[in-house]
This record gives sequence, structure tokens and C-alpha cells, in this order.
Amino acid sequence: MNIKEKFSNLQEKLEKNVWGFIPMLALVLSIGGIVEIVPLFYIDSTIEKLTKEEDSIRPYTALELEGRDVYIREGCYLCHSQMIRPFRDEKERYGHYSLAAESKFDHPFQWGSKRTGPDLARVGGKYSDDWHRRHLIDPQSVVPESVMPKYAFLEKSIIDDTMTVKKMKGLSHVGVPYTEDDFNGAVEEVKGKSELDALVAYLQVLGTMVKFEEGKDYRE
Amino acid sequence: MTNEQDLENPKYHFNVVKWFSISAVIYLIVGALVGVFIAAELAYPLLNSLGMPYTGFGRLRPLHTNAVIFAFGGSTLMATAFYIVQRTCHVPLWSNKLAWFTFWGWTAIIVAAVISFPMGWTQGKEYAELEWPVDIAIAVVWLSYFFNFVMTLANRKTSHIYVANWFFLGMMVMITLLHVVNSLAIPISWHKSYSIFSGVHDAMIQWWWGHNAVGFFLTAGFLGIMYYFVPKQANLPVYSYRLSVIHFWSLMFGYVWLGAHHLQYTALPNWAGSLGAAVSIAMIIPSWGGAVNGLMTLSGAWHKLRDDYVLRFLIVSLAFYAMSTFEGPIMSVKNVNALSHYTDWTIGHVHSGALGWVAMVSIGAIYHMVTRLWDREIYSVKLVNTHFWLHTIGIILYIAAMWVSGIMQGLMWRATDEYGNLVYTFIESVAAMHPYYTIRMIGGLFVLAGASVMIYNIIMTIRHGKTLAPAMKKA
Repeated sequence: MNIKEKFSNLQEKLEKNVWGFIPMLALVLSIGGIVEIVPLFYIDSTIEKLTKEEDSIRPYTALELEGRDVYIREGCYLCHSQMIRPFRDEKERYGHYSLAAESKFDHPFQWGSKRTGPDLARVGGKYSDDWHRRHLIDPQSVVPESVMPKYAFLEKSIIDDTMTVKKMKGLSHVGVPYTEDDFNGAVEEVKGKSELDALVAYLQVLGTMVKFEEGKDYRE
Repeated sequence: MTNEQDLENPKYHFNVVKWFSISAVIYLIVGALVGVFIAAELAYPLLNSLGMPYTGFGRLRPLHTNAVIFAFGGSTLMATAFYIVQRTCHVPLWSNKLAWFTFWGWTAIIVAAVISFPMGWTQGKEYAELEWPVDIAIAVVWLSYFFNFVMTLANRKTSHIYVANWFFLGMMVMITLLHVVNSLAIPISWHKSYSIFSGVHDAMIQWWWGHNAVGFFLTAGFLGIMYYFVPKQANLPVYSYRLSVIHFWSLMFGYVWLGAHHLQYTALPNWAGSLGAAVSIAMIIPSWGGAVNGLMTLSGAWHKLRDDYVLRFLIVSLAFYAMSTFEGPIMSVKNVNALSHYTDWTIGHVHSGALGWVAMVSIGAIYHMVTRLWDREIYSVKLVNTHFWLHTIGIILYIAAMWVSGIMQGLMWRATDEYGNLVYTFIESVAAMHPYYTIRMIGGLFVLAGASVMIYNIIMTIRHGKTLAPAMKKA
């Protein structure tokens, strides 16, 4: 029997037996994921190794974390990416290209897929807190052509501090290295703060945790 | 009894198919309506402030995508799978009760989504935004659909499993796997959780899910629809059996790899993105094989397109399928992706697939099923034609606007002058989008108008249509 006949025999058998068809499908459908995804968890270089001087990547503080949750809730990632690509124009506009290490504590990742607005991966420190507040409350008052929604309601919305520690403990279960001190200080840090305060704190830390060495190739 | 037992097909369970079909049309209208509204928000941002904070773009966009993919697409897939599996196996559904559980479960999930998204309850991963309790419900309802389908296949009176059912099976297996893995999360409260994956790993798993929601939910399942309804409506056999076998297995094997092409030039290791792009290019072959198989079914009978508007929907959908499955691999090539990624070109590409391929093949299938399920001739063939043109013009306006503006965005962002300085600020690229966002919104309005014509025509068919001619019943 040649190969062609063997294949058509197998196909014939599968078409007559649904209990053979399903395992065959499961097998064929798994290969791509096994080859392309599983190694990412085992290959060390997936997340760049940084020197001590470069690396000050830390988990988000309680307030930043609450701000990040506002960012996710409002669907900011649907219009703003957080992933700078290694192109000249992106370097000019946004800064150094992003590293995998920079989002290693991001559950879920917020790289985004669309730039209806600009990339935010390194927006931290670019504008003052006051600018952010005015911009979030009424974007068009700062940037007239902007199509961004107004987020004035965040100013009046106070953070639910009963959730903060729960959130941090949840994240520590999936690998974010929060310490007892972090849990103990969390409520105090967010108490009475508005969602706007939290969102600004989050935006201001974005992309500021790595000190890049000029000219070094981080993607090898 | 007469209600449940269709006069024409006394042994089949078609009532649940009827409900899924009508739901699908309603969700098409709802999904398009939300789509038009968020398109209007981008053209006229003041609309974001109408019902603060519930109706801002960021909260409504998932409502749009979930309504069209899972409510409209999902209901269509459930209606057609339950219809096709009974017809091609010559047996009723394994369990009518379980099918109704699937229907009401799916409906409840859609209601949960309609509440969740305006409230801002989201996992923050595209096309998988629903929170963990709903994710569990989705898994249960999905498995009920899967199990009923498989058991009906197992009960079949025919010797072979018909090709349309292979595609449905492939979709069911893969979506189960994808949904479970991508939704793994650690719950904080009943409407808040965090993905167990982070950063680059989360990104890869998300786009493994994201592209396969396209590849399996929106492609494999709808190819199942194509393989049944194109030959049925044309009253001709599928062009090539061998091509279907090749099409099927290469699609199943290949699609799974494509997710990485969404992450070109990101912090995902280069090898993964390149692998994704390489397989993407190779996927042109099976995709076009499938399109050719559908199109060539009409070989020698092209005149049927002149007056059969339902067939026209089905065939034009294949033309759009061929077009998007060519455009997609091109966009996955690194050089092209460098320009197209993050722009509205991507949105245009998705909609040529969603409105051109998925919606058109669904609409064709639903018109076909309605006449058979209710045993009626279509109320107005003219209105089907009107729908066809409204829908087609809508798509053309939409995708042309997004092509032009997407490429414009990409070029404006990268433009530098002779000294290497950026020529445009980001906001200049936003301002330049305004006319295109308006055209896109008008395109969406055409699609919405077409869908409204459809539901009117279907209601009138059920209430006032003539009984189907006996010759048609056999078809």
C-alpha cells in the first residue's frame, strides 16, 4: 500500500467514526501551540536579563495597581498601546523600545493592538500630574482635536479600599512578589483617594522602571 | 406536537433551530447598532459623554465585538450546526432538551454580557473580556452544544460524516481548548479577576486565542455553513471531495500557529513572530483551496447568480473570504506589518472578513433555512436583493475608508524630514482621520439598514409567505 492509499484509508476510517475523528483533531490542533507557545515558558531569554543598574522593575504600588484596574475597566487598551517597536519614528515619538521584562508583572498584559491614541508605554514622567488630571477630565480642553472620552467621573469616584489587599494577595498567588509590608501599607496608601488619583499614579510610572544603557541591543 | 414536529420533516427537532436563527438576526441588528454608535463616537467624540460612564467607547467596544462575534456569530453557528447535523445524518438531535439548554444558556450569557460591559466588568483581554463566572457558564453551555452535536453524529443513519460537520467539530474542539486556557484567571471578586499569565506569555496566549477566535469560530464554523448551504442552495454537489479533505486538515493544522503574527516587532521573541508569519503565508493555499471549492461548485451554473439572491450572498461571501485570506497573510509579513499594525487598516481587514465573509454567508444560510424551517417561500425576493446591495455598499464604504486612512496613519506616523525629525505630531494623524471615521460610520449605517430590511422580510415570510413548492422541499 502506498502512502496515498494509506492516507485515504485513514480519512475513510475517520469519516465513519466520530470517536476516532475527535482525538485526531485534538492531536492536529495541539501541535502549533506546543511548538510555538510552550517553549516561551522554558526558554530563559524570552524575558531579557538586565543588569542590577538597569533593573528597577517592581510590582505596582497599591495606588498604581488601583489605577491600572481603572485603566482596564475603562478599556483604555482598546485605543492605546503599551508596546513600542524598535523603529526610528517610534523612538523619536515614544522613547526606547519596550522590553518583555517591563510587563512581567502585568496580569493581564496591556500591550494593546490599536493606536487610536498614542502609545503609553513610556508616558510616565512626560507630563505633569496636573496636565494628566486636566486631560483626563476634559481631553479636548488640552488637545482640541482629541477624540478621547471625558473621564471627569473618575474624580468623584473614591477607591474601594476593601478590595486593594485582596487584589494584591491574588496577584501574589500568580507570581507577583508583593511582601507583607506591601499588604500592610496598602489600605493607607489608597484611603480616600479618587480613581483619578490612582489612574494618574499608574500613568506616571509607565515605562520608568528600566534605566537603559545607550546603544545596547536588548533583543537578542 | 405539531409545533415541535415540523410537517415537512416529522422527525427533526427544528424549533430550537428556529429560535437560534431569529436570535441571530436580532443580534446582527444589535451588534451593528452598537458598532455604528461607537463608530460615531470616534467621528464625534462628544457622543462619549451621553450616558457617562456607561457608554464611553472603551466600555462599548467589547459590547460590539462580543455582540457580533458571540451573539450573532454564535447563534448562527448553533442554528446551522443543529440544522445541518440533523439533515446530513438523517436523525433528530440526540437531545432536544439539551439543545434548549444550549439556547437558553447562550441567551443568558449574552444578557450577562450586555450588563457586564457598560458596567466595566472586564478581564481586559480582547474578545475574551467576560469575567470568570460568565467564562465558566460559556464553557458549560459550549460543551452542551458540542456534546449534543457529537452524540447526534454518533447516532447517524448515514455511513460517512458529511464534510460540513468536520468543520464544526474542528471548531468545537479548538474553541474549548482556547477558551479554557486563555480564560484561566485568579478571581478577586465575582466581577474582578486577573489573568494567571503575565506580560509576554499572556500576550502570546491571548493572540493564540484572538487569532483562533477568527480562525475557528469565525472561519472553520462558517466554512461548515458554506459546505452545506452553497451546494444546497445551488442544488449542485460540492466541486471536489479531495479538495475538501486537503482544505480541512491543512486549515486545522495551520491556523493554530497564526496568533504570533499579531505581535511582530513587539517584545515577543523574534522566532515566534516569524514562525507565525511564515505559516500565515502558507495558509493562503488552504484558504484559497476552500474558496475555490465553494466557488467552483457553481461551475457551469453561474446563471443561477442572476436571479437567486440568496445564492448571491453565499457566493460573494466566498469572494470576500478569498480576499481577506489573501490580505491577512500580506499583513502578517514583517515589512507590511510594521506599517499596518496599530492602524485602522487592521480594523478594515477584520471587517472585510466579518461583514463580507461571516455576515454574508450567515445571511445567505439564514434566508435559506427560514424558507425550509417555516415551509414558506421568501416574502419578497426583491427585498433580499435590496438587502444584498445595502450590505455590499456598506462593506465597500467601510473597508475602503479604513484602507485609505489606515495606510495614511501608518505613513504619517513614520514620516521624517531631511533632518530626521518627525513631520507630524500624533494629534495631526487623529485629526486627519475624521472624514474617514465619518465614511466608516455611514458604511455601518448601510449594513444596519440592510439587516433591518432582512428582519422585516423574515417576519413577513413567516406570517404571510406562500407555502414552499413541493420541488423545493426535497432540495
